[in-house]
Amino acid sequence: MARIELNNIAHSYLHNPKSEADYALKRIHYEWEDGGAYALLGPSGCGKTTLLNIISGLLIPSEGKVLFDGREMTQLPPEKRNIAQVFQFPVLYDTMSVFDNLAFPLRNRRVPAKEVTRRVQEVAEILELTPFLKYKAAGMTADAKQKISLGRGLVRSDVAAILFDEPLTVIDPHLKWLLRRKLKEIHDQLKLTLIYVTHDQVEAMTFAEKVMVMYEGELVQIGTPQELFETPQHKFVGYFIGSPGMNFLNCTLDGNVARVDGAGIRLADETAALGAKAKGKLELGIRPMYLEVQTRKTEGAVPAQVRLVEDQGAYKIITLEMAGAILRAKLGEDKPVPEKEAWLGFPREKIRLFADERLIR
Amino acid sequence: MEKWASNKAWFLVLPVFVIVAFSAILPLMTVVNYSVQDIFGPGQSVFVGTEFFKQVLADSRLHEALLRQFLFSALVLLIEIPLGVLIALAMPRKGVWVSACLVTLALPLLIPWNVIGTIWIIFTRPDIGLLGSTINHLGLAFDHTASPMDAWVTVMLMEVWHWTPLVVLLAYAGLRSIPEAYYQAAKIDGASSWAIFRYIQLPKMRGVLTIAVLLRFMDSFLIYAEPFVLTGGGPGNATTFLSIYLVKIALGQFDLGPAAAFSIIYFLIILLFSFIFYQALQNVGKGGRS
Amino acid sequence: MGLTLQNLDKTVGRQIHLKDIQLEFETGSRNIILGRTLSGKTSLLRIIAGLDHPSRGRIIMDGKDVTGVSVRKRNIAMVYQQFINYPSLTIYDNIASPLKMSGLSRNEIDGRVRAAAEMLHLEKLLGRLPAELSGGQQQRTAIARALVKDAALLLLDEPLVNLDYKLREELRVELQEIFNKRDSIVIYTTTEPTEALMFGGNIVVLDEGRVLQTGPTPQVYHHPATLKVAEVFSDPPINYLKAGIDKGVLQLGDNIRVPLNGRYSSLSPGKYVVGIRSNHLCLSRRHEKDTEFKARVELSEINGSETFTHLKYGETALVVQDEGVFPHKIGTEISVYVSPDAFFIYDEAGVLKASPGAGQRS
Repeated sequence: MARIELNNIAHSYLHNPKSEADYALKRIHYEWEDGGAYALLGPSGCGKTTLLNIISGLLIPSEGKVLFDGREMTQLPPEKRNIAQVFQFPVLYDTMSVFDNLAFPLRNRRVPAKEVTRRVQEVAEILELTPFLKYKAAGMTADAKQKISLGRGLVRSDVAAILFDEPLTVIDPHLKWLLRRKLKEIHDQLKLTLIYVTHDQVEAMTFAEKVMVMYEGELVQIGTPQELFETPQHKFVGYFIGSPGMNFLNCTLDGNVARVDGAGIRLADETAALGAKAKGKLELGIRPMYLEVQTRKTEGAVPAQVRLVEDQGAYKIITLEMAGAILRAKLGEDKPVPEKEAWLGFPREKIRLFADERLIR
Repeated sequence: MEKWASNKAWFLVLPVFVIVAFSAILPLMTVVNYSVQDIFGPGQSVFVGTEFFKQVLADSRLHEALLRQFLFSALVLLIEIPLGVLIALAMPRKGVWVSACLVTLALPLLIPWNVIGTIWIIFTRPDIGLLGSTINHLGLAFDHTASPMDAWVTVMLMEVWHWTPLVVLLAYAGLRSIPEAYYQAAKIDGASSWAIFRYIQLPKMRGVLTIAVLLRFMDSFLIYAEPFVLTGGGPGNATTFLSIYLVKIALGQFDLGPAAAFSIIYFLIILLFSFIFYQALQNVGKGGRS
Repeated sequence: MGLTLQNLDKTVGRQIHLKDIQLEFETGSRNIILGRTLSGKTSLLRIIAGLDHPSRGRIIMDGKDVTGVSVRKRNIAMVYQQFINYPSLTIYDNIASPLKMSGLSRNEIDGRVRAAAEMLHLEKLLGRLPAELSGGQQQRTAIARALVKDAALLLLDEPLVNLDYKLREELRVELQEIFNKRDSIVIYTTTEPTEALMFGGNIVVLDEGRVLQTGPTPQVYHHPATLKVAEVFSDPPINYLKAGIDKGVLQLGDNIRVPLNGRYSSLSPGKYVVGIRSNHLCLSRRHEKDTEFKARVELSEINGSETFTHLKYGETALVVQDEGVFPHKIGTEISVYVSPDAFFIYDEAGVLKASPGAGQRS
């Protein structure tokens, strides 16, 4: 196991990067603690796979250093780094049995046969693959194949970290639950450092203790799932996390009231005070689940028109038009749904204020 | 009742059927006809049953030619397949050199077969040939028209030069289709280059290599034009392969009956071995459990 | 009018891909086919498209038997999982390709291509080649190509599965709006219950080549007719408990006793299986009528606003989806609450006998 340190890493696929825009990865400086479960979350092209390849050694960064437990690894190839990786599509040695697949990394490292058998059986037990050890790997189902890929990492006692590159892409929804749960159990059991790359916020948030959100080559926020949800540091995080994403409204400040095209929304005093000092374009953000949708007029509520009601089973998504802007609200199964007119309550402690896309409070 | 959309398609493939029928099936039937009858002239023939087959199978010169032919095809497969795979592995995977390599490799395949024979006659002539005279200058006596060994070496060299590129192209196509993730995973698993070859590249090339083996076996077993031009089957009978001997019987001695019987046996041998190779290669690394 | 499938079977060798499919799709309807991998979704779509022919049965389009009619002669458009475009054509020509043989005037084609491109936000990319676009833009191109020719039948085979999560969310909303404006039959396959719910319309639940249930999507969600439907149409997976009814009391598992009332009170005594969706289990008491029971925590998954708690109740695995953040330690015993109105009650044959109240209006 190891602590992984990224020391001012930056990477460009060009030979002579000139401007900031030439970099696929813009200066990242971070330390992954030993035994943590991390997720790298972002849309395609945000640089998350580049970063993963730098950690695994498939790519040497243009700038900066990679250290494992203080030892420099930047130039070392993957096989010398003690990391394991599970890919998007199952990578197996088709001609081998499940047992031989699991034994492969150990045999390559000349581990004695007895030890190989012991380790493989141990890992097969954890992954519930024991009954299939004699089968050809090529004939297994997609989720079993991913477990075998993972197993090839787990058999090695020296593994510093296991990297996952969107490992659940080819798995059916109901099996995703089982596999993700297995992963978490393994993490609790073996205390491995796990780094999980995905574009799927649900996967990232449920899997990781700390999620790192990436956007256009930059790490825009690192935090626990709650932090990302409650206090997105950047508008992008607010939009990207949560389904639907955060609602944003252009606003101006008038004392401790935010003016949105005529409508007034009362802010907490502190929020208003910080907003008054901030420079740049002001925007108010609120999560769809915190919007209070009322069927009758109440004190401080803002009138809105219902545009669309979608029944999502466990909850409903209501699309509303308020003061020329479109808002979406998430309503529990048992809550009353307004028909045409609705009044929206904005709970003060749930309102976030952004200036030039960065969170003020 | 199968009322399905592609009825029209049958009309489109009909010309091909007709051509195949005239060019392959009818001649084959004629050959069968010749092999069981002794024909003296138009309308004059005697049914001889398996007589010609017995005669041909007892022919010791045919036995020799058959043995020679097997040795030749075996050598071809043993040299060209590994060599082709080796060259494919050594080729660059991307960049400008890829097309340069591919074009160079394809050149021998574009030359007419009898021209290949002519090229190698000149190339290996002891007096003026680049290869022949160079070897002789080195003090080794080399003359494919005089020494059976030299003739074999020359024919093999020519064959390898001519056809290995085909194996390379097929193997290269197979290698290119392997996703990068396999190589990355193997690196991480600490696999040696040999292990990568044995457990990733070779299994993934199985399909194309099956085709390569079949093509090379059939082609080499049927070889005619190049050695005929180069050595004429000599010296002596040293390079008289099956097809050269067959032509000698059919056209040289005009023994059409035995020649026809010979052709059928020839055809059946190729069919049998192609089947064996196909089955063998399909079953490599297959089966439910190891 | 519309599309009717009569007694369709599809067998390949000895494998049954589809068995006795009887479906009707009305003109202008939006239809979801929900099923797991290998449930027969793609086979069905290919038969509807005319790319494959059924082993038995008929396909009737607007009153005409089209079973043997080639795909070229049917007025259909299809979008696949993979991003399929002509690699050497520009985005403009890709979108225009279905109209090339239509005999429309250049102006007409141009107008339609631009309209389709605008709908899918491709206006600025028309001059580029597919390889120069992102995955999302490539799939948008494929969708635009399907929309441009006003096909009577629009088939989409898990079109969003290879896209980023957030992109999927956006395209789902856009696609719904686009479908709403058209009067063609839309058939859309997916493995994801949430996606099915978002599209609404009608649903066909497919499993192992058989149709399990059809109906308006929310209604099927709220009244899954069999255990299998509830299983396929729940994400997170639905919880099952063995149950028995005796003297007006529902006994769940070993020791959870719930007095029966309301819509459940007419159930006769006997053995049952009870399904409870994960969002109907709570970690805190919501209502005084809620029944409490104890279970052991196996794992907590927190996604920012909700917690998925995996529990063991006796030998039964349960998932609780609850709003809020509940970081429970593994191995601890906690209280779980369930409302007495939240049960899907199935008889021993797996047939729905009673369901919770929600969604009854539909």
